[in-house]
Amino acid sequence: MPRTLFEKIWTDHVVRSAPGEPDLVYVDLHLVHEVTSPQAFEGLRLTGRGVRRADLTLATIDHGVPTIDREHGISDPRSRQQIDTLIANCQEHEITLYGLDDPRQGIVHIIGPEQGMTQPGMTIVCGDSHTSTHGAFGALAFGIGTSEVEHVLATQTLPQSRPKAMAVNVTGELPAWSTAKDIILAIINRIGVGGGTGHVIEYRGDTIANLSMEGRMTVCNMSIEGGARAGLIGPDETTFAYLKGRPQAPSGDAWDAALDYWRGLPTDDDAGFDFEVGLNAAEIPPYVSWGTNPAQSATVDGAVPAPGDFEDPSEQEHTANALAYMQLEPHTAITDITIDRVFLGSCTNGRIEDLRAAAAVLEGKRVHGDVHAMVVPGSGLVKLQAESEGLDEVFTAAGFEWRDAGCSMCLGMNPDILQPGERCASTSNRNFEGRQGRGGLTHLVSPAMAAAAAVAGRFVDIREWAD
Amino acid sequence: MEPVRRIEGTMVPLMRSHVDTDQIIPKQFLKRVERSGFGPFLFHDWAYDHEGELRPDFVFNQPEYQSATVLVTGHNFGSGSSREHAPWALIDWGIRAVIAPSFADIFRNNSLKNGLVPIILSDEEVERIAAVAGDPAAEVVIDVEAGTVTAGGVTVSFFLDPFVKHCLLNGLDDIAITLDHESEISAFEAARPGFKPSLA
Repeated sequence: MPRTLFEKIWTDHVVRSAPGEPDLVYVDLHLVHEVTSPQAFEGLRLTGRGVRRADLTLATIDHGVPTIDREHGISDPRSRQQIDTLIANCQEHEITLYGLDDPRQGIVHIIGPEQGMTQPGMTIVCGDSHTSTHGAFGALAFGIGTSEVEHVLATQTLPQSRPKAMAVNVTGELPAWSTAKDIILAIINRIGVGGGTGHVIEYRGDTIANLSMEGRMTVCNMSIEGGARAGLIGPDETTFAYLKGRPQAPSGDAWDAALDYWRGLPTDDDAGFDFEVGLNAAEIPPYVSWGTNPAQSATVDGAVPAPGDFEDPSEQEHTANALAYMQLEPHTAITDITIDRVFLGSCTNGRIEDLRAAAAVLEGKRVHGDVHAMVVPGSGLVKLQAESEGLDEVFTAAGFEWRDAGCSMCLGMNPDILQPGERCASTSNRNFEGRQGRGGLTHLVSPAMAAAAAVAGRFVDIREWAD
Repeated sequence: MEPVRRIEGTMVPLMRSHVDTDQIIPKQFLKRVERSGFGPFLFHDWAYDHEGELRPDFVFNQPEYQSATVLVTGHNFGSGSSREHAPWALIDWGIRAVIAPSFADIFRNNSLKNGLVPIILSDEEVERIAAVAGDPAAEVVIDVEAGTVTAGGVTVSFFLDPFVKHCLLNGLDDIAITLDHESEISAFEAARPGFKPSLA
């Protein structure tokens, strides 16, 4: 019976299956951060339970950390309390923690792959919805709430009802200046923010196969923005080459055994999906979001819609609400939208290739006088790598701030926030109302588009602008 | 978790689609290390203007809705972040059930872990109940075991997965249920391949 990648991983992790009950699924890796874990550890204390597998648990500090002046400590007392709580919990339960003094500290979804912890065929969970990032390696990775974090800490398993399988096939050659970010924005624009609800998406097709691991992570990262439980991509030679030699990747005989297993994981020919969608990569230009959810986006040569452009009354109302919040008039050309801020970073686009792409655009140019721009590398190691390549000098010479690693202005839990009415070209994943700061106006774009907007002071069609 | 068998009270309508968890509980309030105390910040950025003044037109601020126990809302409620602070905030405010045509997956799971009942009805049924909820005094009765919502003299049925319903009705601690199968977890662990990563 032909099976999908998702079915194979699921089957290999079912500890217990009983009629009328959710399957009990084993968790290979549990990633923990400071915001969604304190109540889970407190739950363990109240019930007298311990952490079952500290060796399969990795913690870091990312959501609330400052990205400048770290030597002065954390000034926000509540963030400091959350971080101190995580440090104490990790000490008590002997959990590995990459703290602020560790060069490996960074965004939880950047450090797993970077260390080689994220491998094909694994189940990975974290109290964060962008856990789907790890699906790029052919792992089943999904976000969970704090009660589930407690469940995994105590049992290393989760009772889960099995999601449906959805295929998104992207085929053809991606045009110049279009990126993995544009692919996923195009997909979400097509399926809608709730289109993947109840499903695990497998991204397939030659366009996906031709992406680097970092591009694949960008695509899988935003699966949740289409409502999907998880997103994944069949592991292949690109995956194996990325993993080989990383600190936590298997080596020697274990590498060969792993490779044997990994090669059997990709979806079998003729395996069926519950739902399939197809996109032609040749028809994916750079995208810019205009609204207050990631499906509300337009191509860079397009314009903001009017509520009347939609037939569905609830979509009309949703569009009107979004335009009012975003302070945009219907039918404004995307390239007529001016910006105040640029944020380059996040688990979506905070990796080395993202920084290289932005730096290539910025080389020899200056940030527009009305724009405040910052780069926040996804991890301490990404920062070091960029500095070894001289990218930090390109950014600072252009007028960008060069900061320390963390989630930063993707969600604004630290001091990096937009002021009311500030408009931002952001490489992050969510443009919800107030996401980057109350009253802030977020437009989601690729790193190259964000860099070009920083220079021009407005969105530009990078395909023409760069020439 | 306390058993949840029957929810009675009144309703509050918030008829928008895609209400995301950043709206339910904005990030500046996620810094508590407790599960309680989030209620005053529910829908904060809609409830207060930029000067911190209460917006009297926002439905959750209207005096006649202050004792509501059931939220009626639009499609894809709870989309976005995995923050369990969202159901904690709703519960802390006094909400015991949410009626919508669809929910985001993680929010739905998080709600059930806390005894907040997510009830999926058809678009037409939700609209009809929202119309009833326009009267803040209109009563609603949710019978979890029977799977019914009664409001405005009409009773409609909803589906809950039988296992989910069993856990709600009995207030079960699902970690305890899982730990009953500890020997199966140990057996699974003994058979895990040696190449899987470990931080030991």
